[in-house]
Amino acid sequence: MNVNQSAPPVPPFGQPQPVYAGYHQSSYGGQPGSTAPPTPYGAYNGPVPGYQQTLPPGVSRAPPSSEAPPASTAQAPCGQAAYGQFGQGDVQNGPSSTVQMQRFPGSQPFGSVPLAPVVSQPAVLQPYGPPPTSAQVTAQLAGMQISGAVAPALPPVGLGYGPPTSLASASGSFPNSGLYGSYPQGQAPPLSQAQGHLGAQPPQRSAPPQASSFTSPASGGPRMPSMTGPLLPGQGFGGPSVSQPNHVSSPPPQALPPGTQMTGPPGPPPPMHSSQQPGYQLQQNGSFGPARGPQPNYGGPYPGAPTFGSQPGPPQPLPPKRLDPDAIPSPIQVIEDDRNNRGSEPFVTGVRGQVPPLVTTNFLVKDQGNASPRYIRCTSYNIPCTSDMAKQAQVPLAAVIKPLARLPPEEASPYVVDHGESGPLRCNRCKAYMCPFMQFVEGGRRFQCCFCSCINDVPPQYFQHLDHTGKRVDAYDRPELSLGSYEFLATVDYCKNNKFPSPPAFIFMIDVSYNAIRSGLVRLLCEELKSLLDFLPREGGAEESEIRVGFVTYNKVLHFYNVKSSLAQPQMMVVSDVADMFVPLLDGFLVNVSESRAVITSLLDQIPEMFADTRETETVFAPVIQAGMEALKAAECAGKLFLFHTSLPIAEAPGKLKNRDDRKLINTDKEKTLFQPQTGAYQTLAKECVAQGCCVDLFLFPNQYVDVATLSVVPQLTGGSVYKYACFQVENDQERFLSDLRRDVQKLVGFDAVMRVRTSTGIRAVDFFGAFYMSNTTDVELAGLDGDKTVTVEFKHDDRLNEESGALLQCALLYTSCAGQRRLRIHNLALNCCTQLADLYRNCETDTLINYMAKFAYRGVLNSPVKTVRDTLITQCAQILACYRKNCASPSSAGQLILPECMKLLPVYLNCVLKSDVLQPGAEVTTDDRAYVRQLVTSMDVAETNVFFYPRLLPLTKSPIESATEPPAVRASEERLSNGDIYLLENGLNLFLWVGASVQQGVVQSLFSVSSFSQITSGLSVLPVLDNPLSKKVRGLIDSLRAQRSRYMKLIVVKQEDKLEMLFKHFLVEDKSLSGGASYVDFLCHMHKEIRQLLS
Amino acid sequence: MATYLEFIQQNEERDGVRFSWNVWPSSRLEATRMVVPLACLLTPLKERPDLPPVQYEPVLCSRTTCRAILNPLCQVDYRAKLWACNFCFQRNQFPPVYTCISEVNQPAELMPQFSTIEYVIQRGAQYPLIFLYVVDTCLEEDDLQALKESLQMSLSLLPPDALVGLITFGRMVQVHELSCERISKSYVFRGTKDLTAKQIQDMLGLTKPAMPMQQARPGQPQEQPLVSSRFLQPVHKIDMNLTDLLGELQRDPWPVTQGKRPLRSTGVALSIAVGLLEGTFPNTGARIMLFTGGPPTQGPGMVVGDELKVPIRSWHDIEKDNARFMKKATKHYEMLANRTATNGHCIDIYACALDQTGLLEMKCCANLTGGHMVMGDSFNTSLFKQTFQKIFSKDFNGDFRMAFGATLEVKELGVGGTSQWKICGLDPTSTLGIYFEVVSQHNAPVPQGGRGAIQYVTRYQHSSTQRRIRVTTIARNWADAQSQLRHIEAAFDQEAAAVLMARLGVFRAESEEGPDVLRWLDRQLIRLCQKFGQYNKEDPTSFRLSDSFSLYPQFMFHLRRSPFLQVFNNSPDESSYYRHHFARQDLTQSLIMIQPILYSYSFHGPPEPVLLDSSSILADRILLMDTFFQIVIYLGETIVQWRKAGYQDMPEYENFRHLLQAPLDDAQEILQARFPMPRYINTEHGGSQARFLLSKVNPSQTHNNLYAWGQETGAPILTDDVSLQVFVDHLKKLAVSSAC
Repeated sequence: MNVNQSAPPVPPFGQPQPVYAGYHQSSYGGQPGSTAPPTPYGAYNGPVPGYQQTLPPGVSRAPPSSEAPPASTAQAPCGQAAYGQFGQGDVQNGPSSTVQMQRFPGSQPFGSVPLAPVVSQPAVLQPYGPPPTSAQVTAQLAGMQISGAVAPALPPVGLGYGPPTSLASASGSFPNSGLYGSYPQGQAPPLSQAQGHLGAQPPQRSAPPQASSFTSPASGGPRMPSMTGPLLPGQGFGGPSVSQPNHVSSPPPQALPPGTQMTGPPGPPPPMHSSQQPGYQLQQNGSFGPARGPQPNYGGPYPGAPTFGSQPGPPQPLPPKRLDPDAIPSPIQVIEDDRNNRGSEPFVTGVRGQVPPLVTTNFLVKDQGNASPRYIRCTSYNIPCTSDMAKQAQVPLAAVIKPLARLPPEEASPYVVDHGESGPLRCNRCKAYMCPFMQFVEGGRRFQCCFCSCINDVPPQYFQHLDHTGKRVDAYDRPELSLGSYEFLATVDYCKNNKFPSPPAFIFMIDVSYNAIRSGLVRLLCEELKSLLDFLPREGGAEESEIRVGFVTYNKVLHFYNVKSSLAQPQMMVVSDVADMFVPLLDGFLVNVSESRAVITSLLDQIPEMFADTRETETVFAPVIQAGMEALKAAECAGKLFLFHTSLPIAEAPGKLKNRDDRKLINTDKEKTLFQPQTGAYQTLAKECVAQGCCVDLFLFPNQYVDVATLSVVPQLTGGSVYKYACFQVENDQERFLSDLRRDVQKLVGFDAVMRVRTSTGIRAVDFFGAFYMSNTTDVELAGLDGDKTVTVEFKHDDRLNEESGALLQCALLYTSCAGQRRLRIHNLALNCCTQLADLYRNCETDTLINYMAKFAYRGVLNSPVKTVRDTLITQCAQILACYRKNCASPSSAGQLILPECMKLLPVYLNCVLKSDVLQPGAEVTTDDRAYVRQLVTSMDVAETNVFFYPRLLPLTKSPIESATEPPAVRASEERLSNGDIYLLENGLNLFLWVGASVQQGVVQSLFSVSSFSQITSGLSVLPVLDNPLSKKVRGLIDSLRAQRSRYMKLIVVKQEDKLEMLFKHFLVEDKSLSGGASYVDFLCHMHKEIRQLLS
Repeated sequence: MATYLEFIQQNEERDGVRFSWNVWPSSRLEATRMVVPLACLLTPLKERPDLPPVQYEPVLCSRTTCRAILNPLCQVDYRAKLWACNFCFQRNQFPPVYTCISEVNQPAELMPQFSTIEYVIQRGAQYPLIFLYVVDTCLEEDDLQALKESLQMSLSLLPPDALVGLITFGRMVQVHELSCERISKSYVFRGTKDLTAKQIQDMLGLTKPAMPMQQARPGQPQEQPLVSSRFLQPVHKIDMNLTDLLGELQRDPWPVTQGKRPLRSTGVALSIAVGLLEGTFPNTGARIMLFTGGPPTQGPGMVVGDELKVPIRSWHDIEKDNARFMKKATKHYEMLANRTATNGHCIDIYACALDQTGLLEMKCCANLTGGHMVMGDSFNTSLFKQTFQKIFSKDFNGDFRMAFGATLEVKELGVGGTSQWKICGLDPTSTLGIYFEVVSQHNAPVPQGGRGAIQYVTRYQHSSTQRRIRVTTIARNWADAQSQLRHIEAAFDQEAAAVLMARLGVFRAESEEGPDVLRWLDRQLIRLCQKFGQYNKEDPTSFRLSDSFSLYPQFMFHLRRSPFLQVFNNSPDESSYYRHHFARQDLTQSLIMIQPILYSYSFHGPPEPVLLDSSSILADRILLMDTFFQIVIYLGETIVQWRKAGYQDMPEYENFRHLLQAPLDDAQEILQARFPMPRYINTEHGGSQARFLLSKVNPSQTHNNLYAWGQETGAPILTDDVSLQVFVDHLKKLAVSSAC
């Protein structure tokens, strides 16, 4: 299939980047999906039509032999800069790149279908009107059918579009690249993008991205380029026609080999796209777009990247091409674009249904009636009016809620409202709390509930006149009438047993068995606690924390300590009746730190000594939690247990566990048992804890299997956290542990909380994910809730929604503050409703969607085989995209992969989820690791899942040392690594410093203080403190990365070609993983196949 | 008769034995007809300053079923160096060390004056004494303080090498580890859950020596300290430590809401104490000393719930079968008592509270193990403090007056059988009642003139930790009851008999209804009178009893009114307490308990014992009554007026001052000597506490017999009880009646 050939002389561009040998595919010209900043677009759209660019589809390369020419890094986003302005703007249309794949017979793991995806994105923001929001990627698969040689013939196929348009489609066969070799190949589909950019921009983009490299497939036959249509309907392109243009434009793009793409008409083209990074941009601009088509012919050029440089040669037949990685949507690009477009001005929440900036963007929020996205993020801000529509789209309607989220210092925390003795004003029927959406009527004497429409009387003391617009005159004086988030002081009716709560307590429960002592943990911990106790969470400006503390140590019996201030020495009370745990003392167990400081200090001094000679290796676990819970019960307060535990609890006691780790279960129907708790005892215990408001934070220090799946049940159900430090050694892990501990102890926590999400009639919260317990179907009970924990809520229709009134969410969280005050925190959010699917797709948020899907899948593994879970995810994703394609995208060839602008990263992110340790474990991943990650993800917020699934990879030496900003990230793929550079990779849990083998000696010296690469200690976890700009910068960067995450990331220095590199490579998520996870390109093709199947 | 009295007295002094009959009827049938059983009161460890223990071991009869000990009653063939066992007639060779004995060179055990002799056993390991304090912390502050001080003081009284341990309890039970250097450490147990000894030992980490990984150094295996060392430490090592620990003891910290009793886990605490000793020091001398200030309110052994509105069981409830917890609790404590006895340990109970503390349920702990039972109103009273101190009093040798792990074995002629009892704790006044049965059949009586012999062998651990054996061998004549009834009659010891019958009665009262016991006693008395009285049928006035029986009916009269058989006006705890002491005190004390002693002080002469009768209550007298449990000083009406008038402060009436002082001094003397300390009551005419006196005296004058009303000859008692006179009249009538 060749696409474009016909048409335009499209230069093939793909410059191959250094591809791994492995892959042959060419990348498509993916466009970076840049979402265009709103404003700009507006304008564009209109015009747009004009150009389209097609992007060159990736070219698929054939046999390995063909190396991919590195050349292009083609699409490097470099362009960002460029984008900024026009970037998207112009581009907006997403370039549609059409890729075509050809399929070779044999190939493929995934469906055999290769696809040539082209992505085009439509304009982003909805705000803008009409915009074509959706970007479509069209992939053409025309190729597919074709077998290598044959392929060519089909060209037509590819294109549904006017032929002209056709871009080359890349054919990628994703499957094993290896195979590819054989295949003939697909050529890169061209991407076309249409953008309307106004002429203006073009220039810059001139560089067409393009990075598609094609490899020539063996077959070399020409294939048909598929053309993509231009896509972006939205944009105004003139539909198809546009597309053509793209192709047409041809020339300019980087020098791609022959088939370069053409830039859009505007001529911008000329620029060399060559090396510049800008090249990448590809798609976007219309300019290049088209060109890149796969030109079959490119083949020729490949060899050297350089070659490309030049113009498009005549298309040569290329060998088969594969998708050019640069031609497919790039997370980096999308993130950068959003940052540039939306990071500069505050996000004002006044307008209903606004999609907030991405989580990766720094922005300020102004609360003008809706909750900040820091508190609530939705998968879509415009939800279908009917359940039929919702079912059709398959887009989950979910909100990721972080009720106690921490805010940046510039943003004010929620105001506290006191409605006096009568308590917060609520709707009589549905009990919703007063909020800005409540409608006051009858001159202010009544109000109509915005959730259930019930008319309620306004109590006299709350009465206020309305102004001419029907608003209360005091609306802006009252947070509950003007803000999206605020708090109410709760009255005694909201308290357990109708008694105001006592201040909460923290109980430190320390394993003092042999392992804990030997590793130095106990001594370290006790030493740290002495000072840490001064930093217990305080509320507001309180001088001193209200929180009381207690101490327990244990091995197979428990030791409680009486640290009453009047004692000269602490007293230890041993409870050995672990079968029937109880708390041996009341008075003196929970104490105020400042009053009992001397006794506590003495205790912490003595604990390591007392057990220094212990030989006890067995531990208990459930009784420890039980004890803590009973202690809180006896003290009639809520609180938190900090458990420091080392080993599988095998001592005779309730909750005793056996080692049931069995890797043979992986990939069997019984695999789910590895994630399930061994015994129901912990659930029962957790339930009791929740009833008492006892939250459990677990710090694990295992040397071997400890059954995290079972041990984490209680923390999980009580809103606690689990920290795991495998093979803990003081020298190596102290910093990480102490840092986590400090943060964990110091953070503000709400206790004994109940959260309820109310919605307007028509939808209803039906499912909940996170670390909590539910005893009925509506109330989320959280023994403890901190600012890091999120609850994901899924909604379903139970009636029709109304476009006019939209849909409202109100999340009410009743909790006890650190000072023991009972409060209600209310978050309100108004969403739009739509009757057109396009509106839905235009207002989605992929990061949130992934957050939801990951949680959904991670819960699924408890009950279904992992394979089923994976398939379900893929199917759902395919359905979402197919629905879009069918209902929202402009007509185009079936071979085109068209993705909605807002979801163009869905495939790449979904792939990351699918190949995560839980769903597809590598050989080195332990059962405990999987269980650990599983429960971690359950309460992650969107930002955390984003980086967790798609790690950030930052080149350190590319940008000037002086630059203060973080270096721009690069895509997580080995081909992006240059052996002359140093990179940082982080995913929120891990932090690697990768050192290329041929890094300059000076750099090595300034960072590691050794003279050569070979002298760098592999696995090093601390960089020497050196007084030079590079060292300072890198260390500074590491610190700042750590500061962004809720857990301390231990640094691991990895040298290229070193043993540890395997570990590191695991995080290069765009690549094929050792455990069998697909590469991005392969997966995209697979998705395409799935979609096609659905469509046909 | 005088001879018999002297004989009895001499026997008692030498051997600590008193028989109801000093001449024994020769057949079972005869014995039965004597009405009062052939029995004796034995005080095994009667203090004998004149009896130094011999430092060697006793010589035993070689017959395995006999094993009697060589004694002065044995026939010895000095030539052949043989001796004949006087119980089984086995001839035994003397052991080699006895080779040089002869008529003139006799070992002590062959000398008649050594019918009681004590051997010191040198063999076997000697274990230090063990004192395990089990302390209730649910006390009022001042009570606890007083108790803490008493306990601290007691440390100085213990032998330095004795082991002490401390268990405290309230809602929880804490076993304190005493060896810790800095941090004080205790093991805590839930107060509601009974644990087996095995569980307790597991939980205390006593089961296996907690030294798994220590390389076994073959060289010094015995180096391992006793496992229990953490909980039981030699006094000299940790007295400072323990003093501090006691000093820091706090009241049970768990809140007690209004209307509730504190939760007190006495049952579990005791169970843990027993379990701890059982596992670590079986069969050694150990005392568990329980100090409690209220009833157990939870867990096994609970006696009453924690709701104050539900009062603790009374006799009324018990009769109505309304005491919910009693049976279960009793069973629990009996189980503990049995286990303790098996291990040779003993349990003391010191219960100080205004209300009952569950002694009824717990009594077996003291009763079965030879422990002390002390009841008081508060730990902050001299009654408790001095009583407690007295536990640690020392004898003339400077040894504690306590013995441990005692067993008593009785060997009896003609039966050849032996019987053993475990007594555990003994003190010098502990007195046992032993009832014998004559086994010879009527048609084959023991030959006339023969002598029956009995040997009492008491093995025990002396407070010096020595193992000792005290052997008492006595003999009495047999007599044919038909032909020699007078002999037998003359040899009747009515005091011993009264006490022995009383013990039997008390024993029955424990299990039977009060009225049944009284009826039984009455019937026995009537039968005795019929058998030994001299009278004409149907003529009560002709009735006479010989001197040796003359006091017996009076004892019975007072016994019937005593708190041992009457529960009216006594709580179940008090009854248990009285009965406990009655069952273990020696004869003299027992008699005082049955029939209190009343002394009268007046200007008319020196103090004199007077009749325990309302007629003794005169206006110008001061009375001193000793009931064993109480010392009552009662001032007559006139005396009170004089005192009010302040005569005692006037020099010219110094004699009045002396008169007032005299009974006080005498009372002090009794108080000092007695264990447990009696309740000391100082009252006067019309005082509310005068009831203690009035309830004891024979109500010869009551509101019913008006002839005495208002006379100066005594004080009428407001009671419907019959007086001694009426009682005796009835007795005579019934005794002479042929109807019964």
